[in-house]
Amino acid sequence: MYDPKVIDHYNNPRNVGSFAKGEEGVGTGIVGAPACGDVMKLQLKINNQGIIEDAKFKTFGCGSAIASSSLATEMVKGKSIDEAYSIKNTEIVNELKLPPVKIHCSVLAEDAIKAAIQDYRKRFSVAVKSASGSADTAKG
Amino acid sequence: MVKLPIYMDNNATTPLDPRVLEAMMPYLTQNFGNAASRTHSFGWIAEAAVEKGREQIARLINASSPDEIIFTSGATESDNLALKGIAWGYKSKGNHIITQKTEHKAVLDSCKFLQKEGYDVTYLDVDKYGLVDPETVRAAITDKTILISIMYANSEIGTVQPIREIGEIAKEKGVLFHCDAVQAAGKIPIDMQKTAVDLMALSGHKIYGPKGVGALYIRKKKPFIKAAPLIHGGGHEKGKRSGTLNVPGIVGFGAASELAQKDLPAEMERLKRLRERLREGLTTRLDYVHLNGHPEKRIPGSVNLSFEFVEGESLLMGLKDVAVSSGSACTSASLEPSYVLTAIGVGPELAHTSIRFCVGRFNTEEEVDYVIEAVVKHVTRLRELSPLYEMVLEGIDLNTINWNAEQ
Ligand SMILES: Cc1ncc(COP(=O)(O)O)c(C=O)c1O
Ligand code: FES
Repeated sequence: MYDPKVIDHYNNPRNVGSFAKGEEGVGTGIVGAPACGDVMKLQLKINNQGIIEDAKFKTFGCGSAIASSSLATEMVKGKSIDEAYSIKNTEIVNELKLPPVKIHCSVLAEDAIKAAIQDYRKRFSVAVKSASGSADTAKG
Repeated sequence: MVKLPIYMDNNATTPLDPRVLEAMMPYLTQNFGNAASRTHSFGWIAEAAVEKGREQIARLINASSPDEIIFTSGATESDNLALKGIAWGYKSKGNHIITQKTEHKAVLDSCKFLQKEGYDVTYLDVDKYGLVDPETVRAAITDKTILISIMYANSEIGTVQPIREIGEIAKEKGVLFHCDAVQAAGKIPIDMQKTAVDLMALSGHKIYGPKGVGALYIRKKKPFIKAAPLIHGGGHEKGKRSGTLNVPGIVGFGAASELAQKDLPAEMERLKRLRERLREGLTTRLDYVHLNGHPEKRIPGSVNLSFEFVEGESLLMGLKDVAVSSGSACTSASLEPSYVLTAIGVGPELAHTSIRFCVGRFNTEEEVDYVIEAVVKHVTRLRELSPLYEMVLEGIDLNTINWNAEQ
């Protein structure tokens, strides 16, 4: 029923946890709703080059939702925020071989990445350049 | 060591009792006759076996006569026959049916079908335990009411309805009363001499009998109850249900009924003890665990718990050696949480976290203890992964958060 990769992420989720409150350079995205049966919290720690150095997640949701967010933390690490912002849920679907009923779990992971980046931009009011260029340093 | 996997989903179906299989074997092999064959011993042997089964089932519910039992392909058909058969049979008398929101789909969907044919259906609310108030049944009766359909016990939450009280009201008002007793028969005592139920649906595979065989009890009374048949043909079962009888199935259903009846008081005690061991074990070792259904008015073996902040399907994934089920939307094709939990006022966020455990005849104390350990381990682990649990530990009230509603 589940792809071995989903089971692996479920059994050994990568990057579980939260950054310390008020930690510098951290953007937090919380998406979903308890009433829908899925809530993802994704945090990105972004250095002053605009590169995602670290990521952490916590997820309330089915095994595919846990696997999608766990995979998302692996995918974003080392990427620039622009690159991370352009990650599509289909990449997660393909990697985890999610069946059609579980596609929304991957959409949620994509939304969580975008929400975390938006939060980071808001907090640190970063002007971001194109994906190839280096981002400005955080002003705040 | 317990043998894995552990089956603890006995409201969905039960394993065939080996004694039932033994009773069935001759009818799957040398005694293959058609119970309707009147001209030779093959037919006579089959007919005798069917009549013995009818008696065993009649005895389980203390019916007045085996003639009150009509064999069907299962309780889904029995419910359909009761609802549609009575609706069609009493069309000239009225067009109103009363049922409740937590019935099995076999009843609810038959009602929806009848609504398309022009019948009026009242779907009564239940309270937070899943109980229907007999007085709301009384209040819903009109001069057009032809049938009340209320189940004995609910398969998801185990709540047992006040069937005797509702029966008295139906009798007083002269309205027929159908009861889906699939989850009650063989689990708690049923006595048709003391219960004014007119029609009752029963199923073989929920009581350690075979699948694909059920019965509809139709009380013999004056005036006769006219249930119009759904299936036409050779006129079997007094014309109420045509089709060559499932002889081995009926033999198995009969044997299963006799076994269930024989051990009933002791088995009720044993299952209740196992259920309470499970419930207590889980609720004392984990916080934020909620019982769904009535604390006492319930069938002995089943318990439905919500493990707040842990989505049900993810918990089932961890409990891979334990067969249980969840009311979470994520486990259903429709992505809707259980309508039964919704009807008892369990919000979607808790419905998503519900797990139903149903201990049965072949479960042991060791298995219950294994399940407790496994559930505690996985709930604890998944809560460490849960952003909701983290927020609650930080003192955040989840109801104050404005979750993005676009989903
Ligand atoms: C309350 C209730 N009614 C009816 C049915 C249907 O029974 P069967 O599987 O024999 O069609 C079930 C079982 O799923 C049930 O739990
Ligand atoms: S969280 Fe409900 S299906 Fe994935």
